[in-house]
Amino acid sequence: METIEKILPKDFVTDQEVRWCPGCGDYSILKQAQSVLAEIGIKREDTVFVSGIGCSSRFPYYMETYGMHSIHGRATAIASGLKAARPDLNIWIVTGDGDALSIGGNHFIHLLRRNFNVNVLLFNNEIYGLTKGQYSPTTRKGTINKSAPMGTIDHPFNPLALCMGAGGTFIARSMDRDPKHLREILLRASKHKGTSLVEIYQNCNVFNDGAFFPFTEKESKQNETIFLENNQPIIFGPSRTMGIKLDGFKPVIVNLEEGNSANDLWIHDEADPIKASILTRFFDDVTIPGHLPRPFGVFYTETRACYEDEMEAQIVTAIESKKRGNLDALLRGKNIWEIK
Amino acid sequence: MEPVQQKKISRISELKKEVTILFAGDSGDGIQLTGSQFTDTSALFGNDVSTFPDFPAEIRAPQGTLAGVSGFQLRFGSVEIYTPGDVCDVFVAMNAASLKANIKKLIPGGILIANISGFDKKNLGLAKYPEGINPLEDGSLGKFRLYTMDITKMTKAALADSGMGTKEIERSKNMFVLGFLYWMYNRSMSRSIDFFKEKFKGKPHLIEANIKVLNAGYNFGETSETFSSQYEVKPAPMPKGVYRNIMGNQATALGLIAASEKSGLGLFYGSYPITPASDILHELSKHKNFGVKTFQAEDEIAAATSAIGASFGGALGVTASSGPGIALKGEAIGLAVMYEIPLVIIDVQRGGPSTGLPTKTEQADLFQAMYGRNSEAPVAILAASSPSDCFETIFEACRIAVEHMTPVFFLSDGYIANGAEPWKFPKGDGLGKITPKFAEENPEGTPFLPYKRDSKLARPWALPGRKGFEHRIGGIEKENETGNISYDPENHQLMVKIRAEKISRIADFIPPQKINTGQEKGEVLVLGWGSTFGAITMAVKDLIGDGYSVSHAHLRYINPFPKNLGEILKNFSLVLIPEMNNGQLVSIIRDKFLVDAIGFNKIKGVPFTSEEIKKEVLRILGVSVPN
Ligand code: SF4
Repeated sequence: METIEKILPKDFVTDQEVRWCPGCGDYSILKQAQSVLAEIGIKREDTVFVSGIGCSSRFPYYMETYGMHSIHGRATAIASGLKAARPDLNIWIVTGDGDALSIGGNHFIHLLRRNFNVNVLLFNNEIYGLTKGQYSPTTRKGTINKSAPMGTIDHPFNPLALCMGAGGTFIARSMDRDPKHLREILLRASKHKGTSLVEIYQNCNVFNDGAFFPFTEKESKQNETIFLENNQPIIFGPSRTMGIKLDGFKPVIVNLEEGNSANDLWIHDEADPIKASILTRFFDDVTIPGHLPRPFGVFYTETRACYEDEMEAQIVTAIESKKRGNLDALLRGKNIWEIK
Repeated sequence: MEPVQQKKISRISELKKEVTILFAGDSGDGIQLTGSQFTDTSALFGNDVSTFPDFPAEIRAPQGTLAGVSGFQLRFGSVEIYTPGDVCDVFVAMNAASLKANIKKLIPGGILIANISGFDKKNLGLAKYPEGINPLEDGSLGKFRLYTMDITKMTKAALADSGMGTKEIERSKNMFVLGFLYWMYNRSMSRSIDFFKEKFKGKPHLIEANIKVLNAGYNFGETSETFSSQYEVKPAPMPKGVYRNIMGNQATALGLIAASEKSGLGLFYGSYPITPASDILHELSKHKNFGVKTFQAEDEIAAATSAIGASFGGALGVTASSGPGIALKGEAIGLAVMYEIPLVIIDVQRGGPSTGLPTKTEQADLFQAMYGRNSEAPVAILAASSPSDCFETIFEACRIAVEHMTPVFFLSDGYIANGAEPWKFPKGDGLGKITPKFAEENPEGTPFLPYKRDSKLARPWALPGRKGFEHRIGGIEKENETGNISYDPENHQLMVKIRAEKISRIADFIPPQKINTGQEKGEVLVLGWGSTFGAITMAVKDLIGDGYSVSHAHLRYINPFPKNLGEILKNFSLVLIPEMNNGQLVSIIRDKFLVDAIGFNKIKGVPFTSEEIKKEVLRILGVSVPN
């Protein structure tokens, strides 16, 4: 893909009126996506946004690129076919927790294992917004909502642990309320060759307001979150005096002011799948005393062949070994006879 | 018990016009291979052939049981052959279960060749013959010409010093049968010998062993005292030309590649394994040197949606399945209707509903193709009538999908998918062109309108990568021309009408319906679609020969129908529609044309016989037929 100069975020804005609820976290994500695309300078005509169904899935209508708004859960499968047919395109999948993890769960895991070179923005708001407030596969157990007036009894998914299990090659988390971080992560995702999965905590202020407040709001953010940096010790807290140490495979919180050295802390290594798996398990309920803080940033990256490249390579090999197919020879087959 | 006399036939060469052979045995007996080898050899020899493989649903059904019986019926002749035969002249039974399951198909006086080892106590028990009863010995097969031979034993003898294990040796016994039949019908073994050489490349001991057993079977025919007649079936007087043998699924795969070549669109085939459609996937995946991309998806839904994604990118997007898989694709097909992009959906029908009869044939998905989506979602529908017709019909399906920007159903079924026949294959140059409807350049300053249509009502195909054509499509109702989301009531009605009219207008771009056999006017029109073609053709030819006023028209285009179909229907007093379902085309015909068409339905998982159709025509004509 050739890059061009001077494309601006506003060049990615369409003439369509954006129809999310006022205050919805989606606005912030849209803005960052437009800004990141402008920054990487990919041509609009080479870019395709593919979505399923849900609030987030309206996204393609607001991006001045090619776009496919599809059906519930299938964006990942549609994008797989598109990327296989057109490896040259820059493809972004926009999906939500219901779309990707419930009705489209199957396609989602298979996309990750095949490692098509596409980017996935998983808007997680822990609720069904478009259908007006039913619980989703990420809704926390016990939450009261439209379809669970007595509280949900479903155990929720841990999305990033699922992605690790499915063989994802780029696994990251960010949030709508931290535009700077979101932008940085989207940039990294766009540069990763392979399926880049970014889970974005997105506030649905209408049906699940404040679901992520412990992580996104000033008062609690610094205690409740870790911002991962590669090759750096894991430190958090308002005055950055807390850290995580690995005791065998068990992560423990240590206080650097109580005689613990920063040298003993867990050093984040994006290339280490075991450590990344443990990090995805930092998924405690924030109301439990002694719970681990929630990590944000890039958990894991891996360089692995992309499906579409291997598909193309087989075609090249077949042409090299058998020559480009000849239609007449194919129709004729191996055994023929003539009636005179 | 009176021992059955082994009848002797004098050693002369008898001339036969046509012969139907049924090979049957355990699914592990290599029946399909034996059948297909005999078919290829006969086709190469110049006979017209038609085949009907019939296998059990379970891959490893318990050995020796009725559930495990595999069959291959093959008819070949020096005359035109339209079906694999209603009954058979020769029946090779490899074990007791296969005899029990199929003996009703053998004509009185027919030749029955039975493998003695397959009738031991164990096999008789598995076939549920009462204790102490062996049909080969109790006289119950008296009306047939029974020849028993110990095929297993003779195969073992032929391979005694081959160093092969007993299991491996036993597996070659089908080649003994093949060799024997080659002798019986005076056929050359060279085609099969070449086949072994190719199949077992690098395994010389297997090549040698198979040739040895094949020879042993042939020589047994020549030297044995028990069996002493050969038959001759001369080449058929087929139209001049060069032929090959082809199976339906194979023809479908070739047709897709041809359509890809003629349209200049890369072929993307999204599929999930399912009987009886998987062979198309297998065949296509061998032809990557045509740039073919086969994608074995995680499920049927992904198979369909990936093809839609590929089509958006400019590929010839194709997805295939059988009935239950098509049900899963329904929502995706509806999306393609809204997107208005090319998508070819292949349905190789099988017995249903649900899992139904996976290895048996049926034509009961016509309603599904026609109506199987939410709301008003019309698509074009074409059906193939024979194994080789799959080629032309799928090519046509691709042409319509690409030129009219629409999903198109291609219906085949298990019977023609696995059946084979000689095919006077075309030259690439002789195939029509397929012209994709790529968006034309916009006059400077005017926006691209993704839903602005041409006279066919097809919208332009603008592929990602083209500057100035960036657009968004979706499953939400869209505004006419702009394609923007629209909830406007008037617009919705307009769009529903346009989408329906777009499909109707395809009728302007397809050939008129012709009468396949018989006169343009008359008493009875037998109207068929799909794989009933052969049986109807035979029946109608016979009836005409007997002086009845009967004609046959066979539909390739079911939605829309050819424009002259209504006229044709009016030219006959009676319209009979035989279908392997509970009456689907007949409902559509009655609905569209208000004709009192008569349905004739067989829903048994097996094709019509021509006799059945003949009798039904006579019945509606009021001619009394003795049973
Ligand atoms: S319902 Fe929730 S997620 Fe949907 S647009 Fe409104 S605030 Fe956003």
